[in-house]
Amino acid sequence: MTTAPTASAPSTAPARPRTRWRVVDIVVAAVLGVATGLLFVLWNSVGYAWFTAMDALTPGFGGLAVGIWLIGGVLGGLIIRKPGAALFVELLAASVSMLLGSQWSIETVYSGIAQGLGAELVFLLFAYRRFGLPVAMLAGVGAAAAAFVLELFLSGNLAKSPEFLGIYLGSLVVSGALLAGLVGWLLTRALAATGVLDRFASGRSRAR
Amino acid sequence: MTGSRIRARGWGWRHAGRAVPAVAGLDLDVEPGERVLLLGPSGAGKSTLLAALAGVLGGEDEGDETGELAVDGAHPAGLRGTAGLVLQDPQANTIMSRVGDDVAFGCENLAVPRDEIWRRVREALAAVGLDVALDRSTAALSGGQRQRLALAGVLAMRPGLILLDEPTANLDPEGVVEVRDAVARVAAETGATLVVVEHRVETWLPVVDRVVVLAAGGGAVADGSPAAVLDAHRAQLAHDGVWVPGLPVEVARGGRHPGEALLVGEALRSGRDGAAVHEPLDVQVRAGEALIVTGRNGAGKSTLALTLAGLLPPVAGAVRATAPLRGELAAEAPIRWRPKQLASRIGTVFQQPEHQFVAARVRDEVAAGLRALRLPQPEVDARVGGLLAALRLDALADANPFTLSGGEQRRLSVATVLAPAPRVMVLDEPTFGQDRRTWSELVRLIASLVDDRGCAVVAVTHDADVERVLGDRVLRLGGER
Amino acid sequence: MSALARVNPVTPLLAAVLYSIPMLLTIDVVSAAVALAAWLVVFAAAGIGPRTVLRRAWPLLIAAPLSAVSMLLYAEPAGRIHAQVWLATISDRSIELALAIGLRVLALGVPTLVALVGLDPTRLADGLAQVARLPHRFVLAALAGTRLFGVLAEDWRQIALARRARGLGDTGAVRRALQAAFALLVVALRRGGTLATAMEARGFGGAERTWARPSTVGRADALLLILAIAVAATAIGASLAAGSFAPVWEGAQ
Repeated sequence: MTTAPTASAPSTAPARPRTRWRVVDIVVAAVLGVATGLLFVLWNSVGYAWFTAMDALTPGFGGLAVGIWLIGGVLGGLIIRKPGAALFVELLAASVSMLLGSQWSIETVYSGIAQGLGAELVFLLFAYRRFGLPVAMLAGVGAAAAAFVLELFLSGNLAKSPEFLGIYLGSLVVSGALLAGLVGWLLTRALAATGVLDRFASGRSRAR
Repeated sequence: MTGSRIRARGWGWRHAGRAVPAVAGLDLDVEPGERVLLLGPSGAGKSTLLAALAGVLGGEDEGDETGELAVDGAHPAGLRGTAGLVLQDPQANTIMSRVGDDVAFGCENLAVPRDEIWRRVREALAAVGLDVALDRSTAALSGGQRQRLALAGVLAMRPGLILLDEPTANLDPEGVVEVRDAVARVAAETGATLVVVEHRVETWLPVVDRVVVLAAGGGAVADGSPAAVLDAHRAQLAHDGVWVPGLPVEVARGGRHPGEALLVGEALRSGRDGAAVHEPLDVQVRAGEALIVTGRNGAGKSTLALTLAGLLPPVAGAVRATAPLRGELAAEAPIRWRPKQLASRIGTVFQQPEHQFVAARVRDEVAAGLRALRLPQPEVDARVGGLLAALRLDALADANPFTLSGGEQRRLSVATVLAPAPRVMVLDEPTFGQDRRTWSELVRLIASLVDDRGCAVVAVTHDADVERVLGDRVLRLGGER
Repeated sequence: MSALARVNPVTPLLAAVLYSIPMLLTIDVVSAAVALAAWLVVFAAAGIGPRTVLRRAWPLLIAAPLSAVSMLLYAEPAGRIHAQVWLATISDRSIELALAIGLRVLALGVPTLVALVGLDPTRLADGLAQVARLPHRFVLAALAGTRLFGVLAEDWRQIALARRARGLGDTGAVRRALQAAFALLVVALRRGGTLATAMEARGFGGAERTWARPSTVGRADALLLILAIAVAATAIGASLAAGSFAPVWEGAQ
């Protein structure tokens, strides 16, 4: 007896979203947050090297590395599909990263809240009914925009030149759309194919 | 405290996204205090039934329920704390970081007052015979201790129904007895109703007073006293993968021709991060011979096997590959070989198949190691096709490896390691948690590798039956048991 | 660490917020220098030695100069211009801002990292749920998730060994690393699923629950909060008095 899935009439029309969080939603979101937090810790050295090298040598292109730090919100929204999931996963990932010793300490948590909210707002805009590639990329962009606004104050970026800020915003948006949005969407699809998301609507819609 | 009553009438469940129901048309009555062993082939929905009784099967968006299921007259999904469930993987049952906190977790969720919680925690730990400090880290527990901890966590909730899903399948023999005895004691003291799913019938016969057999995709096909059911259905049960007492699996071994030594461990001590876990050993791995490595928990069996396999550097002493194994390579120590040089000489099957998977399709999974060797495509296709057929995986060639069942995953992990045709095979607990059917397939396969292909096999196992069949030579670590 | 062990883990978190928000309002050398000096004195008095401080806050030694360099090159120029290459300009103002931002990274990072790194997750979760009254289902799920750290670390080791055993890893290091990370994510989510079942089977998920471990706040907690606010107030006050207070919202004056 295999557990190979059989597609039973996949619904193409977005179903009415179920907004109540089940235990499995909460726990899997938490595990996702912890795993993403570990990824952040890794990226805090690898990606940060890129970020700072680019940031120091070029005006604003450091933003291209930021997308990975935005992926928690996109993954949370795409996989769990519940209101608040993007925020919860990104915030938890940031907190884990902080508790393990991120160089941004408490500011990591502020970033987590802002970036999570940025992605969350996009999912809210689509009423938690659409989770395709465009929405994923928009969520990445939302997180990037939120990160940009927060850093104006957190990193004192308001004091920087308009040219720098323009390039920085541009590279953040591209990075958010690709490294967070596209990669998050591809990851969700690959995870759905493994069957680990079978208890989620995101895992059962893989027949599409 | 009295036990709970179970009543099922035409009950069934189909997981969302699946065409076939996991359970269908089940009629079952279990009286308070009964102790039931639930048997059936894999895929008969035993775990699904336990999850349903525990009320953790999920809501209507996760599957379709038919018929009626009740624990003490109510649908179990609405009950909290009436039923307690212990899962197969000891790791999965541990929730908190400290022993006392873990046992208290269920009580907290049932809103038991604080003083009462700690009284229950101590009682429950005593009842399962787990005599460790409350602030002991749960990470430091053995598998058997973890399962008893899980049982204590369940017990502290004072459930009327205790559900055990293959609680001893992943344990060593000492752990099995520890857990079984703890369950027997708890059942006798509390009078709770008990439902156990387990392939190894013999372990549980002293505890249960009734056996129910489920059919694949159907209801109960046999029900009665253990002796009556086992007598009447012995052959069918064995065929379904159940370990029926008094019916050992016989695996014929061909004529043995132990050949040259392929790997030699000299004054070898293995360990992780520089700390040796066993005394210096001299060990030879010979062509055409199976070496069984056994011994108690934590004696360093797996570490030794990984060291022999060229995956961990020795802490002291040396692992040497002899000329017939090493071929044209200059380095004698397998740890110094490059990955593809290693894989075509020594293959390793890990305890958890999921750790080994790299591809999105079964076919590509088997081919991955061959492509790394840059074999021509026709050769790759031929070897992959042959292995898939030999391990009954051909129908699943395009499935995602992670979606396979436990037994299928195990067979696939063996196939991937066999693909580059290594002369030495190292297997870490190859039969862990497998039913009788998968067990006999695996053991037959390993035996034929040794007897027909002249491979050398190193198998780490707790399984006395594996030792009986494959123990051409036995290395017992950590002293006599 | 005795001083920090006496407070509820929620307190350092709240203290970090109360301290960091006013400090984030300005980018100037005086406030950052005063605050950093004040904390080093506080740590010495609390028996937190320089080795502990360094062990927890070392990433800042890299982050601080790098933040400074970015500001040095790309701040909106003002005053005398010292050098200019394409969009990068070093001016009087950018030098001052660079020094200030570098010091601010240390002033914000050192105390918060010392107070927050290595908090016991169980105590923190108890505090967040009982004292801060965050939704307990989410807090406890996160706590259970953090317990998987050790398990996942071991999974990662096995996955890495298995790559070698499979004959993979000679080429394409990046691709292999991504595959291994994906395998770890699959294993993590699988463990998450069974963890959810195990937790639900122990009655997790209801609205009402009790707490086996009380989480309380007391005098030590009040003291830490007052200290955090006092350091921030002293730093901002000193900077106002010295006339160097530079509000962040007036960035590009």
